[in-house]
Amino acid sequence: MNKVVLNADEAIGNIKDGDVLMLGGFGLCGIPENCIAALVKKGIRDLTCISNNAGVDDFGIGLMLKKKQVRKMISSYVGENAEFERQLLSGELEVELIPQGTLATRCLAAGYGMPAIYTPAGTGTEVAEQKEIRNFNGKEYLLEYAFHADYALVKAWKGDPDGNLIYRETARNFNPLMAMAGKITIAEVEQLVPAGELDPDFIHTPGIYVHKIFQGKNYEKRIEQRTFRKVS
Amino acid sequence: MPLTKEEIAQRIARELKDGYYVNLGIGIPTLVANYIPSGIKVVLQSENGLLGIGPFPEEGREDPDLINAGKQTVTTVPGSAFFDSAMSFGMIRAGKVDLTVLGAMEVSEKGDIANWKIPGKMVKGMGGAMDLVASAKNIIVAMMHTNPKGESKLLSHCTLPLTGTRCVKKIVTDLAVLDITENGFKLLERAPGISTDEIRSKTEGKLIVEGEIREMVF
Repeated sequence: MNKVVLNADEAIGNIKDGDVLMLGGFGLCGIPENCIAALVKKGIRDLTCISNNAGVDDFGIGLMLKKKQVRKMISSYVGENAEFERQLLSGELEVELIPQGTLATRCLAAGYGMPAIYTPAGTGTEVAEQKEIRNFNGKEYLLEYAFHADYALVKAWKGDPDGNLIYRETARNFNPLMAMAGKITIAEVEQLVPAGELDPDFIHTPGIYVHKIFQGKNYEKRIEQRTFRKVS
Repeated sequence: MPLTKEEIAQRIARELKDGYYVNLGIGIPTLVANYIPSGIKVVLQSENGLLGIGPFPEEGREDPDLINAGKQTVTTVPGSAFFDSAMSFGMIRAGKVDLTVLGAMEVSEKGDIANWKIPGKMVKGMGGAMDLVASAKNIIVAMMHTNPKGESKLLSHCTLPLTGTRCVKKIVTDLAVLDITENGFKLLERAPGISTDEIRSKTEGKLIVEGEIREMVF
């Protein structure tokens, strides 16, 4: 067993036109920067991307949108991206908006081997249209199916050759959930450490969910809203 | 005088109780954090995976891995915890969060809320709003009483696509504090110098006024 690959180009080598991808991150926090750059370089097209957000014009998934590599986005919030808006209004891009907790839990369900979940999010709204509704204890819930992807691309802080991952602060977000939901999961890490160096008590994603791992480089970690406290 | 956004936040902060876990939405709700009464402990939840949101960092100390749901750089406090997005909405869905404060475009007299989509305009998405309103034990809406055109945002029925139904418990606007009851909007308090008649004229939904309505004091 060897999960370690040289770089992002090698890691994404088998991704092809039309594949369904999951990309971890919340806004630009904890996104797989190296994998996105490699996908842009390779020019794969007609992708369906499941990701909470769609990046900004010149970073994150926004870089793939600019090159028209994305056919469909499945997200909870897609503001802050003018090119996204242009493609959506022109009909070049298809978008499915789903509640954020539903997105997270549908990934979780896949990783837990459950075909579907019931959630109250969206009951009585247009999100509930065409969906099975079931009443439990007097409250309505929607049936939402588990999400599967051909590839999940996640970013972690530390990882080891067995694919065990540890995330940092709020850069965790969707990463461990998507890591569980990919048929093939590719992890890029800030620090690839030797086997045995990570404390088994502190692993967030056990290596069984990870198929390829590589040491990332040149992380930009862009901040969307730089906010400060006034120091008097 | 109608309340300023800061005063709306200040008024909502008076609803906080010791030990509350609170989720604050983007905009006016975020300001509530500045007015937590002294002597009580409130833990702020951020749906991107943080319990115990601290103040903004000092300049130069910002950390790209540490943001709130508005994607602003924040800090932790002693006792903070990080978790993934499924657990974050798990604790919301399970009713562990005591209070949710969020903005709205419209609220109906039944407690329906619309705050995510305007037909004909670019739709950015509901984010976590639908999850929050479907599960929160207590929801307070912070908003202006009327829209920029001067039309009431407190309606008999919402006209915009809904975010959730029968979920809002209380509304604090620039003009009034109101509870949602079985029979409609119940007026509890007036902004300083704002008459009950003015509030009535700017409330399209059913307004219940019982007895003397006290003025808010700041």
